[in-house]
Amino acid sequence: MITAFISSAIPLGVPLLYGSTGEIVTEKSGHLNLGIPGIMYVGGIGGVIGAFLYELACGNDIANMNPALAILIPLLCSIGGAILMGLLYSFLTVTLRVNQNVTGLALTTFGIGLGNFFGGSLIKLVDSDMPSIVLTKTSSFFRASLPFADDLGWFGEIFLSHDFLTYLSIVVALVVSFVLNRTRVGLNLRAVGENPATADAAGIHVTRYKYVATCLGSAIAGLGGLQYVMAYANGVWSNDAFGDRGWMAIALVIFALWKPTMAIFGSFLFGALCNANNYINGLGDATQELFKMLPYVVTIIVLVITSMRKKREHQPPQGLGLPYFREER
Amino acid sequence: MATQAAIELRNITKTFGHVVANKNVSLTVARGEILSILGENGSGKTTLMNMISGIYFPDEGEIFIDGKEAVITSPKDAFDYKIGMIHQHFKLVDVFSATENIVLGLNEAGKYNLEAAEDRVKTICERYGFEVEPKKKVYTMSVSEKQTVEIIKVLYRGADILILDEPTAVLTPQETQKLFAVLRRMRDDGKAIIIITHKLHEVLSLSDRVAVLRKGEYIGTVNTAETNEAELTEMMVGKKIELNIHRSEPKNTVPRLEVHHIDCTNREGVLVLDDVSFTANSGEILGIAGIAGSGQRELLEAIAGLQKLDSGAVLYNNPQTGNMDNLCSKTPLQIRELGVRLSFVPEDRLGMGLVGNMDIVDNMMLRSYTKGKGVFLERKPPKELAEHIIDELEVVTPGVNTPVRRLSGGNVQKVLVGREIAAAPTVFMAAYPVRGLDINSSYTIYNLLNQQKEQGVAVIFVGEDLDVLLELCDRILVIGSGRVNGIVDARTATKEEIGLLMTKTDGGKQNG
Amino acid sequence: MADTTVKKHREPLLHIAKRDDMVWWKACLIRLSAILLALLLVGIISSLLTGEGFGGVYSIMLRGAFGRIFQGKTSLLWRFFQQTAILLCLSLAVTPAFKMRFWNCGAEGQALIGGLAAMVCMMKLGGKMPEWLLIVVIVVFSCLAGAVWGVIPALFKAHYKTNETLFTLMMNYVATQIVAYYVYLTGKGSGIIQPVSTGNLPVIAGLPYLLNILIVCVLMVVLFVYLKYSKHGYEIAVVGESQNTARYIGIRVKKVIIRTMLLSGALCGVAGLLLVAGTDHSINTNTVGGQGFTAIMVSWLGHFNPFVMALISGLVVFLRSGAGKVADSFFLNGSFADIVSGVVILFLVGCEFFIRYSVKIRRGKKGGNA
Repeated sequence: MITAFISSAIPLGVPLLYGSTGEIVTEKSGHLNLGIPGIMYVGGIGGVIGAFLYELACGNDIANMNPALAILIPLLCSIGGAILMGLLYSFLTVTLRVNQNVTGLALTTFGIGLGNFFGGSLIKLVDSDMPSIVLTKTSSFFRASLPFADDLGWFGEIFLSHDFLTYLSIVVALVVSFVLNRTRVGLNLRAVGENPATADAAGIHVTRYKYVATCLGSAIAGLGGLQYVMAYANGVWSNDAFGDRGWMAIALVIFALWKPTMAIFGSFLFGALCNANNYINGLGDATQELFKMLPYVVTIIVLVITSMRKKREHQPPQGLGLPYFREER
Repeated sequence: MATQAAIELRNITKTFGHVVANKNVSLTVARGEILSILGENGSGKTTLMNMISGIYFPDEGEIFIDGKEAVITSPKDAFDYKIGMIHQHFKLVDVFSATENIVLGLNEAGKYNLEAAEDRVKTICERYGFEVEPKKKVYTMSVSEKQTVEIIKVLYRGADILILDEPTAVLTPQETQKLFAVLRRMRDDGKAIIIITHKLHEVLSLSDRVAVLRKGEYIGTVNTAETNEAELTEMMVGKKIELNIHRSEPKNTVPRLEVHHIDCTNREGVLVLDDVSFTANSGEILGIAGIAGSGQRELLEAIAGLQKLDSGAVLYNNPQTGNMDNLCSKTPLQIRELGVRLSFVPEDRLGMGLVGNMDIVDNMMLRSYTKGKGVFLERKPPKELAEHIIDELEVVTPGVNTPVRRLSGGNVQKVLVGREIAAAPTVFMAAYPVRGLDINSSYTIYNLLNQQKEQGVAVIFVGEDLDVLLELCDRILVIGSGRVNGIVDARTATKEEIGLLMTKTDGGKQNG
Repeated sequence: MADTTVKKHREPLLHIAKRDDMVWWKACLIRLSAILLALLLVGIISSLLTGEGFGGVYSIMLRGAFGRIFQGKTSLLWRFFQQTAILLCLSLAVTPAFKMRFWNCGAEGQALIGGLAAMVCMMKLGGKMPEWLLIVVIVVFSCLAGAVWGVIPALFKAHYKTNETLFTLMMNYVATQIVAYYVYLTGKGSGIIQPVSTGNLPVIAGLPYLLNILIVCVLMVVLFVYLKYSKHGYEIAVVGESQNTARYIGIRVKKVIIRTMLLSGALCGVAGLLLVAGTDHSINTNTVGGQGFTAIMVSWLGHFNPFVMALISGLVVFLRSGAGKVADSFFLNGSFADIVSGVVILFLVGCEFFIRYSVKIRRGKKGGNA
């Protein structure tokens, strides 16, 4: 029971981890990207479209499908879609210096609209009875886990039974953490987010860093959407199913104090919270709905507690949310 | 080598919107030479240097490095030409260590290795006699330490053309001497050095040649040995002026404000005011001198009711009632309700004293908007006040409905000081009221302060230019690390004496 | 080019500079062209997707938004005004908070909770008191509920500087779950609450939406006056521009934040009330339907001016229902409307750049003949 609970919390936490790692990268460049929820949608639908087309090309027969391509095509489509959204966000906020909050919110509405539009169109295209599109074949490739995981009891179930995107999410978080803290690029990026004028005077190409960080962050976040559809949801896309995980991912960034390693811990904790209602016995339908409130309430509590601490190193990047214009007078 | 200029500017022009910041400026600097760029605030010195260091790009004109035309579009390009600039407002990341700031943006060959960089920093320190701890975080540093980090940052990049923008503004006289010694050593090393300043005696004691700018235009270059203060002033201002402040003897002084043993801790838990006591008398200007960030701001804010105090008392001798009112732990509104007429010109003009995006009328209203019955605003009296101030202080503005951020620095300050004086204060506090102002505006402000003093107001003046403090004030309180290090008679004290007092308690820490 | 030992760098091609204030009509012209450009793009996308010609697409959009007015059918037109009114009401609600630089992204939740309060009153008190009294009670409780939902983040913002953007966002979802809970509870598992006939706002002149529209019009004028001419409005502006200045002149910043969010939340509550008691007579988790987010953009695009916001609300509703009609006619997914309004909004926020900055192409310099 406990094993199953923990084991099922992990894949639920993965989209959050991708989302918050991506958001951390973006925020370190001084941009609060509230478009992440929309970008994760686009990442998800990108993967769906890629998988759909590839399945179609293979005549909907799993025997014709090449495992590498079956994974690579959705992966690239997902990342590509997310990066396009990231580019749009950077163009508006970095080049055109539009307010970041407004751009982000607009992009979220836009991204969710895109996701639902393409999702809905595909559903109509296959003429399915259910309001969803099913890509179990592709999903089976994504869900492939270590063959010996089942033989290792609870240890195997908790740590080894997951899809590769789950492990990748942890790797990505660790790599991001390493790059931020131990490399020259990371130092420069942090300087851009803290004080772009200083970074600029030090010869750092501020605009380039902001663009790259935002697009990279979007790409990482987009993978969260992909993992959700392909691994967690068994390749079933239904509109609005991804829900509000994107917002939670953004809140997690504050919880994690802008540290990807903390985000790993945080996202699995939140994964567990999202899942709690399914593992408490005897809840009625109505009470279930109340329990679904849990992650949001916990997020709020976390926000409040974090804001009460005042340590200098635990503050958001100083330039967060502010546009940079070199010739400001 | 000696004949060829390290850097030459030809007919540089730069405009911002309608403002011409530089017009047809040409000048040269040779290696092994220190060139001063002299000009009033707003004369375009910084803009000109920003074009050499790649922050701005000139609209017209050319820059030559070692005789060859150079295009500098970004600070990175400037580094490639071995140009390094030390900005007046330090370009440092607060949460980084000294070394992290120094290697920022570099693309050194090999692995990223902070320890190796720290060793190199230490080597540079030894060579020029700097004292900086490579691992120290910038937000815990004093101003002179930060400046040292900036200089090392430039040297680390191998710069041999150095630009320093107003480097002495935040230093004590002793620290200034130390800096000059370093600069001379660098000059003897064969580096070309440009120093921006508006202080004449520094120009004369340090530089080989002086280039003068006035209102964005290049006036000329003279050899320091062949000039004097009067000539330079004339070049700088455009006319012969008397730079004397008329100081009258204080009359009918009574203690107006008594500060007793106040302590104040800031949000980070640092003690910023430590057992501060003094008395401000009516009809007298009390100067406050100290290194920037030694507690001056907190002190004034404490009196104005903007800082929570840990202990102590601020007593106000109310001339109307004859009572001693304690202002401690009262809000600005409660202080006003007590009938205390206290005016305050804060250091941060557009961030605290005024609202940049509001027009002059609405800024006048800041002090008076609660007046009048009902829930609605009365815009008529503040409009009249705005018109009066524009008239009286000769504020240059398109109209009363212009947002104040659109005005020049001097005019912004006139609006702020004018509003504060209009409240007919009994205590008038001003923090760095002439910072960034041109000479004429500065003297307007000095005259206004003197007028207040003659009308029996207790004036408290926080300044950074010790020469001005000594000329303007009656007594000078020297503050260091939140403590009162001494109160001296401004008529007899010397600059060096005050400089020593400024660093008295923790002299070791302040050396850079 | 002569040989140089130093690296040759390219001159920047574009020169961007901050503008002084632009003349208002020029600014309007830029915004108008942005809208037209966006509409053109929308037209192209629609044509490509549907195969319908340009003119056809636009006429379907017009018909979708306003209906066949010329044939004397006004029901769609009234619906247009009703929807505009609701969006405007939410936009008005978030405006005081925005002016104070408090990112109230919780209009959705505040309206939903206000609507829920109305619903609960309608169901529990309906028939137990005179209808007029019931409506008064509904109004009071809706406003109160919205205000409470708005003030919770404000309290924490004022005292601990808790990030209000995420706090208010999370409050939306808490509100949604509470409504879901209530719907399951009273809907007896069906997940639907049947429309209730008690406590409905009165219908005037036989037009079901007229009262809603009038209420919002009044709110629009009142809010304009409040922000521009009242002492409270002035305090909000000062706090928004600079909290330091506010402290300096003795404004109690915490009090202003809390008071303004009470107002903002209460106005959202009114929007919820109009939706539940004035329109649907029922509630579900989708009653506000994401308009709380759109309202944020409307408020921003309207530069906090209620009258401009009314125009923008109209534009957004027009796009939404027009594109909805296009999607309907050609069997496209309904989210097409979100994409269309998204495109126009992105164009509109983007064009502000050209109002605040001027871009000049730098003249290339002739030869290096120095």
